[in-house]
Amino acid sequence: MYKNFFRYLISAIFLLGFSVNSNADFKVGFVYVGPTGDHGWTFQHHEGRNAVEAAGIKTTFVESVPEGADAERVIRQLAQSGHDLIFTTSFGYMDPTNKVAKDFPNVKFEHATGYKREHSNVSTYSARFYEGRTLLGHIAGKMTKTNTIGYIASFPIPEVIRGINAMTLAAQKVNPNIKTKIVWVFTWYDPGKEAEAAQALIDQGADVIMQHTDSTAPVQTAEKAGVWSFGQASDMQRFAPKSILTSIIDDWAPYYVERAIAARDGTWNQQDTWHGLKEGMVAMGPYNSAMGADLVKEVEQLQKDLASGKVHSFTGPIYDQKGNILVAEGKVADDGMLAGMSVYVKGVEGDIPK
Amino acid sequence: MSLDISFIGILIGSIMASSVPLILAASGELITERSGVLNLGVEGMMIIGAISGFALMVITDNLFIAIVGSMLSGVIISLIFGFLTQSLLTNHVATGLALTIFGIGLSAMLGKNFVGIPGKEFPILFSSLKESIPFFGPILFGHSIVLYFAFALPFLTNYFLKKTKLGLIVRAVGDSPVSASNQGINVILVRYCCILYGGAMCGLAGAYLSLIYTPQWIENMTAGRGWIALALVVFATWSPIKVLIGALIFGGITILQLHMQAIGFRIPVQFLSALPYLMTIIVLVVISRDSRKIKLNTPTSLGRIFYKEK
Repeated sequence: MYKNFFRYLISAIFLLGFSVNSNADFKVGFVYVGPTGDHGWTFQHHEGRNAVEAAGIKTTFVESVPEGADAERVIRQLAQSGHDLIFTTSFGYMDPTNKVAKDFPNVKFEHATGYKREHSNVSTYSARFYEGRTLLGHIAGKMTKTNTIGYIASFPIPEVIRGINAMTLAAQKVNPNIKTKIVWVFTWYDPGKEAEAAQALIDQGADVIMQHTDSTAPVQTAEKAGVWSFGQASDMQRFAPKSILTSIIDDWAPYYVERAIAARDGTWNQQDTWHGLKEGMVAMGPYNSAMGADLVKEVEQLQKDLASGKVHSFTGPIYDQKGNILVAEGKVADDGMLAGMSVYVKGVEGDIPK
Repeated sequence: MSLDISFIGILIGSIMASSVPLILAASGELITERSGVLNLGVEGMMIIGAISGFALMVITDNLFIAIVGSMLSGVIISLIFGFLTQSLLTNHVATGLALTIFGIGLSAMLGKNFVGIPGKEFPILFSSLKESIPFFGPILFGHSIVLYFAFALPFLTNYFLKKTKLGLIVRAVGDSPVSASNQGINVILVRYCCILYGGAMCGLAGAYLSLIYTPQWIENMTAGRGWIALALVVFATWSPIKVLIGALIFGGITILQLHMQAIGFRIPVQFLSALPYLMTIIVLVVISRDSRKIKLNTPTSLGRIFYKEK
């Protein structure tokens, strides 16, 4: 009897000691594509890391890691140096993440905006930024005087095309005469070029500028020219206080904290997460008072409806540029269609670069 | 699309503004190369100028100090290149490449604390005239002082090289350092000065980006403009006026292709994006066909190490 009791006691102490130990050693690694102070994409991921740290979990991060061979080296290094959970926060880290995950089955991986989960220890997550674009479209449609919205696009991938379409559909709903002019700059990050693109759109009559690139140059150009603009990825208001109507803010913090705690407590499962306004992964910056109280109220209601699911960004009937039906009346686009979106909806001018 | 005359004026104005960094950097590099030194570190010197200018603006809140400081930082970093290539006789190409890599890395490190700080409005001159005169207003007025300087620079450079004694010395050193040295010219000193001058202009070009064109600091914000400036010097066959033409064509087509996209021209966007590079090369090759003139302008001993035996 006593013998058994002691055996249990000892194993309990061992187990306790072990688990306490592993809790203390639990470490989360982050890989960023840009500098933590880019005031856009990476900045927001870093805010998420800070929240994990605040929750009492040890973290490390590596910034400005180029997508490609370097990424694999960095991810491998993190996995080797005792990190239990690693967030890789750029689309281009997709293959390196899966490659390293194969060699470290005990380490958990979370890849942002990707779709490959080749091993059971890889999860993917992204945000429904298009819900934010719907709100921008609504505002833009109401605010424009020239009925022309200028859109600075980066690369012709579904993510970007989805944003253009969501914005255009929402703008058309409140203003049928709306035209969307698009300039492709083929970069995420070239302030000079982004500023030139914004200026070109303004010169061509756009009085609302929207961007799917990362620098604050377009909103500054808009501020100078006295036209409206929207912040991208984080609240860019202080770069263009008069011009910015609101910003789409990526809020990764709750997700990061939740996943880190799950991994620490052993409840982490592979999953594919696509959260939006409802979960708060997509949030909106403060609305500019220049919009007027009525419009602000309207947009706040729409934001609530999008979050509750009462309104969907892609509700039929939706037609492509040639007039073929994409989403039938009364239906909404499913996630598969959204994820692979590669055609413009009716009302967008020009062709998608191939 | 509005094709009225005042719109074209605005368009030309923005084309001029976008070509300023290229004109400044290429004019500086042109003098360096005319003295026989090939400095591939233009991009590195530009980015150092960009961060120094922006940092000084934030710290001192004085744009004059920022501009002068950016030029000084270009001088300091090009001094490293000068010391290595002229005093230690290292290979120009390798040292220049190293300078670019060093500059990009150093600027990112120095710039850490300056990311995300909004820039300051840079004063523009004659802004009232810009609005009141159609067409010519936005072309001639409403620019920063740096733009006016940039547009005068190729002409000053041309005058300097062709009409002044110092210019003749620079060319002599670039063509035949041995004979120049035998004439009693201090070849190393002349080359040092030309390298430092090139550094100052590249620093200014960088500061134009971070203080005037897109007033903010962002890592790697020169985004390859230094390399374009380098190519311009070669394709312009070392003629300052052709550098100006090349820079305007490059800036012009970059802006025009964005406008063509915005208007909705049905031309593949990838082709439009490549157009500035293609057109600049084609035009410069066509206007520089005269091989006799090329020979006259090309610094014969470009990139060769000069060593004076004592």
